[in-house]
Amino acid sequence: MATLAVSQPQIRQPGQVALFFRYLRRNKSLAVGLVILLGLCIFTVYGMLTADLSNAYPLSVKSKQPPSLEYPLGTDFFGRDLYPAMVVGLWQTALIGIVAGGLGTVIGVFLGFIAGYFGGPLDSGIKGICSVLIPIPAFLIQVVIAGSLDKRDVTIFTMAFVVLLLAWMVPTLVIRAQVLTMKERQFVSVAKLSGVGDLGIIFGEMMPNLIPFIVASFVAATFSAVFASFYLAVLGLGPLREPLLGNTIWAAQTQSAFFNGWWWWPMGPAIALVLILGSLALIIMGLDEISNPRVRKKE
Amino acid sequence: MSIRYVIRRILFLFLVIWVAATIIFFIPRLSTRNPVRQRLAELARTGGFAPGDIETMVASYNQKFGLDKPLLEQYFDYIGGLAQGDLGVSLHKYPRTVIELIMDAIPWTLALLLVTTILSFIIGNLLGAVAAWPRAPGWLRTFATPFVLLQGIPPVLMGVLLLFFIAFRLKALPLGSAYSTGVIPNWSLSFALDLLAHQILPALALILGSVGGWVLSMRGMGVTIHGEDYVNFAEHKGLGPTTIFRDYYLRNTLLPQVTGLVLALTTVVTSGIVVEQIFALPGIGTTLNQAIQNNDFLTIYGIVLFITIAVATLMVAVEFIYPLLDPRVRHT
Amino acid sequence: MDTMLNVAAKESDIGQATKPVLELENLRVSYYTDAGRAIALDGVDLTLMAGEKLGLVGESGSGKSTMALAMMRMIKPPGRIEEGRVIVDDTDLTALSEQDMLRARLSKISYIPQGAMNSLNPVLRVGAQLMDAMKAHVPDMPKDEMQAHCIRSLESVDLKANVFKMFPHELSGGMKQRVCIAIGILLKPKVIIADEPTSALDVVTQRQVMETIDRVQKQIGATVILIGHDMGLMAQFVDKVAVMYTGRFMEISPVRDMFLKPAHPYAQALIRSLPNLENKGVFQGIPGIAPSLLSLPGGCAFHPRCPFVMDICREQRPPFETFQENRQVACYLYTEKARS
Repeated sequence: MATLAVSQPQIRQPGQVALFFRYLRRNKSLAVGLVILLGLCIFTVYGMLTADLSNAYPLSVKSKQPPSLEYPLGTDFFGRDLYPAMVVGLWQTALIGIVAGGLGTVIGVFLGFIAGYFGGPLDSGIKGICSVLIPIPAFLIQVVIAGSLDKRDVTIFTMAFVVLLLAWMVPTLVIRAQVLTMKERQFVSVAKLSGVGDLGIIFGEMMPNLIPFIVASFVAATFSAVFASFYLAVLGLGPLREPLLGNTIWAAQTQSAFFNGWWWWPMGPAIALVLILGSLALIIMGLDEISNPRVRKKE
Repeated sequence: MSIRYVIRRILFLFLVIWVAATIIFFIPRLSTRNPVRQRLAELARTGGFAPGDIETMVASYNQKFGLDKPLLEQYFDYIGGLAQGDLGVSLHKYPRTVIELIMDAIPWTLALLLVTTILSFIIGNLLGAVAAWPRAPGWLRTFATPFVLLQGIPPVLMGVLLLFFIAFRLKALPLGSAYSTGVIPNWSLSFALDLLAHQILPALALILGSVGGWVLSMRGMGVTIHGEDYVNFAEHKGLGPTTIFRDYYLRNTLLPQVTGLVLALTTVVTSGIVVEQIFALPGIGTTLNQAIQNNDFLTIYGIVLFITIAVATLMVAVEFIYPLLDPRVRHT
Repeated sequence: MDTMLNVAAKESDIGQATKPVLELENLRVSYYTDAGRAIALDGVDLTLMAGEKLGLVGESGSGKSTMALAMMRMIKPPGRIEEGRVIVDDTDLTALSEQDMLRARLSKISYIPQGAMNSLNPVLRVGAQLMDAMKAHVPDMPKDEMQAHCIRSLESVDLKANVFKMFPHELSGGMKQRVCIAIGILLKPKVIIADEPTSALDVVTQRQVMETIDRVQKQIGATVILIGHDMGLMAQFVDKVAVMYTGRFMEISPVRDMFLKPAHPYAQALIRSLPNLENKGVFQGIPGIAPSLLSLPGGCAFHPRCPFVMDICREQRPPFETFQENRQVACYLYTEKARS
């Protein structure tokens, strides 16, 4: 069979920086998400440095005040100043998200690599456990766990732990799938044939190529951790003394805030959560565009 | 579809239910908390009987609920009861059983979630398909973008925003609860309208909060399918855009999107529970929430287990219709 | 030996064809990419008579598929037909409305894709994929007549009638390719473009599929453009061969001339790179690489790789001219200008 010698036409690339900006201009969701997240970080850091954070707890200030110069976000029924409450709430939300999301991703990467790379009974074991656990609504199990804890024991870190308990399955399956496809790729076979050990292949060859997926997994896990902790708090299962954003909404709702005209009470944390979850969702969408080039928009 | 496959999936379903039941049974018992004692301590605070009685009452309650038996025996009793559809009795509303409480609440939840899930699935998928369809008119494609942006906002927050803007500021719709206070449920038209008016905002919150996810996944799917050779060849055949859209495009996204729906079931239920709480609607979520507030643990566990069984069963059941959606799927 | 006889037989056929069925006039297509404008088809002219069979060869990215897509008016953004006309049977396709173009596809000009892999909708039965084409083009025909027509079409490409009720995944690669051919000839088009129709098939099936195309082509008297890499397969099937490079025709010659005495230096290099019994085991490539379509070299696009390059080749693009009966070439080696 005669085939012509095929040579690909070489397309001359403009500079990397220019390409990156052209890319960001098209990947608006990534850009916007990053900007919002950065804004929230600046707000939180500024607030932690300047505001009196002790006012974030009950009986600190005059209660039920609408937003004013003195109380930019108003005060609630229990005498909390809602501005420092927001700052502390944002900080705690970030803490839960990063701790639970980060640990969930680490566990996921670890298990995913073991399952995908070594295969065999370990793989079927890990995959089996994940497939049995996934149909069980994780949130409800979290409700059971959080509900079984003594309310006085519940802290930000127990919250993070409860969320983490069920946050590792999805990253595990995602990383496992990627490791499985990557194992078949040529550069891995080449490394194997040239006598590179398992650890060398995992850390030297595969890990660098999986970084986009690991980053995407981390953002997604953080998103679900924030989501889950928020839902638990809205059901009154959060650390009750802390001004966690979900707790504030729950407290406002139990005191019928809208009905009594204290609209500022739930609105602040609601908008903050919209911004956090919205920006994370935008970043996830943007990263998805990178790791899944077929979704990339054409100019 | 082979019988072996059906049996395997049903065994898997039982495995999932058993694992869930076991987790729900053992986790609370790892905690130092004694639900009965706590419940009675609360009664003592509010009811005013002497603390001395508590120990005897704890003993009698423990006996009544079988909590004095060895742990393993309790576990087998519990699994055995589960097999007969017995989820135990409510500590708070004793002697009502958990199943009774669930059956009172489930019609509300089911109606709300069924309607909103179907609507948002249809709307979201159509919008997403259009957004990915290069031949769709420009305005229609931009129309889908705001819905994508909604994707990160959970229905509960959407509920809070809707409450503020529509119910609180515009006073266009009621602020929550199932029907106006002081009204006695009856079969009149005005009561039906009242009921409906109270369901609009929660329904809207659930739809708006979930439609973006469908738009997004459908758009991604659509872009992939648009690159497929068979869509290309269909255009070479001179088929009209409508035919290609319907038979080559939507038809091929049906399987992955229905799979997505199955995977989203847990999220749907979770959102429903929390939205009910925000809008003070009757339903399983509110029942759960009351149980949480009243430390009614047996009810919490019962509800959680019930929902888990319902979701897992639905997931396995939907798998059986996959071959109808894609002839390549063969269950063996 | 067999090949040579076939070639000789085919040359005699050309005399019968008189009326041009397909004319391309200065067809030009470019793609607008991040890195700039890539010219994928750079002013192509072509005339084919009824029943003529043209083979189109060239390296990947030389513009073969772009030409096919442009003829079907299926160039999608970021690509664009910049200028030129595609005339099929006295109709200028580039002037048709979107709606009329939909109807022209399959009835005037049809495209047979590389169908073994993925060209059929996996969730529709084969029959439905023939019927929807019928419904789009002859909506008034009664259903049972439509179905009978579709089944006849399947039978004409050696498929059994029961294929009509099957799903694509139940067919072999060769059968799927035949279904694509059956769809391509459904409305007896004047021009059929077959884009590497055998590339994913094994050699035995390749031959059978080519024979099928050959037979149905004769039945309906269509003009065929066969795009492909496989020069051996092509030699047995086509009348003429066109060699493309960087979106331009380098040479069009009758198949016998192309193989025995190619004119253009690029065509010579291509033919030399084919394995034969004399240079068995020696793989001869073409030195250099194909230039980027974003920045073609001035003058003749092949000049950086050409062993016979002259000064004028670097400055001016050679015209695509007839230099012998039935042969056209774009090279200064064959123009009066260069000789003088």
